[in-house]
Amino acid sequence: MTQAIVQRDDRAPFDAILLYVFTGAAAFVALLAAAFTQDPLFRFHSLVALAALVVGLVVLTVAITDGRLRSDPTRYADGVVRAGVIATMFWAVVAMAAGVLIAAQISWPQVFYFPEVGWLNFGRLRPLHTSGVIFAFGGNALIATSFWVVQRTCKARLAGGVAPWFVFWGYQLFIVLAATGYLAGITQSKEYAEPEWYVDLWLTVVWVAYLLVFLGTIWKRREPHIYVANWFYLAFIVTIALLHLVNNAAVPVGLLNHRSYSAYAGVQDALVQWWYGHNAVGFFLTAGFLGMMYYFVPKRAERPVYSYRLSIVHFWSLIFIYIWAGPHHLHYTALPQWAQTLGATFSIMLWMPSWGGMINGLMTLSGAWDKLRTDAVIRMMVVALAFYGMATFEGPLMSLREVNSLSHYTDWTIGHVHSGALGWVGFISFGAVYCMVPWLWKKDRLYSNQLVEWHFWIATTGILLYIAAMWVSGIMEGLMWREYTPQGFLANSFVETVAAKHIENVIRTLGGLMYLSGAVIMSYNLWRTVRLPNAVETPLGLSAAPALAAAE
Amino acid sequence: MWKKHAKFERHSLWLIIGIVIVVSIGGLIEISPLFYLESTVEKVKGVRPYTPLELAGRDVYVREGCYVCHSQMIRPLRDEVERYGHYSLAAESMYDHPFQWGSKRTGPDLARVGGKYSDAWHRDHMTDPRSVVPESVMPPYAFLSRKDLDVRDIQDKLRAMQRVGVPYTKDEVAYAADDLAAQADPFDARGSALKRRYGDKVSQRDFDGDPDRLTEMDALIAYLQMLGTLVDFRTYRAEAPENLR
Repeated sequence: MTQAIVQRDDRAPFDAILLYVFTGAAAFVALLAAAFTQDPLFRFHSLVALAALVVGLVVLTVAITDGRLRSDPTRYADGVVRAGVIATMFWAVVAMAAGVLIAAQISWPQVFYFPEVGWLNFGRLRPLHTSGVIFAFGGNALIATSFWVVQRTCKARLAGGVAPWFVFWGYQLFIVLAATGYLAGITQSKEYAEPEWYVDLWLTVVWVAYLLVFLGTIWKRREPHIYVANWFYLAFIVTIALLHLVNNAAVPVGLLNHRSYSAYAGVQDALVQWWYGHNAVGFFLTAGFLGMMYYFVPKRAERPVYSYRLSIVHFWSLIFIYIWAGPHHLHYTALPQWAQTLGATFSIMLWMPSWGGMINGLMTLSGAWDKLRTDAVIRMMVVALAFYGMATFEGPLMSLREVNSLSHYTDWTIGHVHSGALGWVGFISFGAVYCMVPWLWKKDRLYSNQLVEWHFWIATTGILLYIAAMWVSGIMEGLMWREYTPQGFLANSFVETVAAKHIENVIRTLGGLMYLSGAVIMSYNLWRTVRLPNAVETPLGLSAAPALAAAE
Repeated sequence: MWKKHAKFERHSLWLIIGIVIVVSIGGLIEISPLFYLESTVEKVKGVRPYTPLELAGRDVYVREGCYVCHSQMIRPLRDEVERYGHYSLAAESMYDHPFQWGSKRTGPDLARVGGKYSDAWHRDHMTDPRSVVPESVMPPYAFLSRKDLDVRDIQDKLRAMQRVGVPYTKDEVAYAADDLAAQADPFDARGSALKRRYGDKVSQRDFDGDPDRLTEMDALIAYLQMLGTLVDFRTYRAEAPENLR
């Protein structure tokens, strides 16, 4: 009996071998592509992919021969979640730093532009910033938390053996290819879907693996019900797959050429893009993070979710209505007006399910509101919900044609996006990570609650500076564009409206820098938390430290 | 009623089917009609596919992320029409794969920038924006004048465009490289063939002021100078019933 088990253990697990073969085959394809292409940009990317895949092969070889990669079905797979948390914080700092740099470029163009260094120009760094925040920071936060949440709420280890690790590293490769591509000038110019066709294909493979790991874990669950957070995560994964496939349909210039041309043109392409773009907000930045909220807010507040029925109603109405809202990005354009009207109508309706989610999250604190005073982590998550409510009120407002005729093309939109991204997405993710790090590294506390307070106040002030500056500059430039002299001439040349925004741009840069500083403080705090001595398990299952803390 | 929801909570397959159906409805109803309703795109004279040089310039425009700060979509609002020109028609971007309408005006709209400034102004402006517009926040693009245009895949590019529905003719694809070279050289004899294919209004000249080289600056300026110039708005009747949408 014992012998049989030992023999079984000697063999490498099948899934690891499969991943090894897949990585090897992918590396071979990358090598061929690098060797035969005439396109310097395509060769550059082939070499990046080749380097990553070869490193992957080496690591896999060592891991397989060492006999790691065997999964113990009696324990949760937390290694990949730990890696996800590290990646989340790493990309947060990188992407936010890129944002501060491009804000500084707009504020002081003479200082922060380098005529000989084309790849540091605004046009290339801006996609790096947006994709970095949405997909690298946000995406890693979603993958890490979804892996944590689905295991705990299903009482089952992640499905698929090494597949979660493939999802994690495959996603990092996607990020690296996208980011280096933007800097090198590889883009298909569809906002938030800039990566070219082969990077899109790679992401499709990774995303299908992600869906299967997530579903597989749900299938293994030892709970009769699928917890509400998982509905949101599932809607996010499924819908993003759909959006990604439709919006990125394109014909490559050649199989060894980086460039491709969208399958759609002009007005159709515009609507497909903003159907995608708005639902990247709706499903990536909303549904996914609502999944996060539905686990971490009740957990941290130690209160049940406020209303089960509200969660059902707002889940289905949110995902139904969001899909329609895209055309509000195209008011007064050459898009037929019936589509614009539909988009605006559904955007107004969207206010209700959005606030349903906010209310369900906020009211979960019923009976635990006092924690706002003492626990900066839960305060962060509550402020995230407040910003969510604010941004989802502002959104329908801006989707009205009359308001949009002023706000569109201006900084107001940038401010709106940032109250959602910094306030909602950033804060709810920070809250979740602050919760998870002590759990993941078996610590009984964070290194310093004081640093969390600092993070909270610096970041909150930064957001307020940022969005207030953008409101002022956006509304100002919108009004200046349409201002007439008494004689009936346009009052301002375009560049006068650019010059008028200088102070607001500087304040915006400062706000962004403060938010970035908060993320750096957080990273330091988390790093010191990981280095704390492990929580000592007493025979009663109580850790030693709280006994000391109880004396407070 | 609430108990019926248990079906979705207990069976992941039902949940997924439910999600897919619910999220598909909006897209199907909103997007698919655009592909068959004939009124979506006006029938307008003058709109033609890009010449190979313009297409190469458009690829530079995309590569540098110009769409991030410049829209190409003039809305039918009084101030925009007076500032930029006639509002944009759907037909004017019918060969744009992908569209370049943009979403932000950190810089001005470019839908009708063609012909508004001289080639030399564009070259100076892109080399050092603040030399001609002191308050500008635009990045400098001096390197474009020093980079030779990579023309090796121009034929493949036209062919790919053909595949996504742009009506390039057999000749236009076959002579793509010739047409490209001819357009950037005012003395190139192949210019007459280029104009036969793409129309007399195609401008054939040395765009970047450096006659010895065909650079990315040539291509980009060729693209900018044709933007918004295809439709003749002296003859276009915006109020005609077939043009009302």
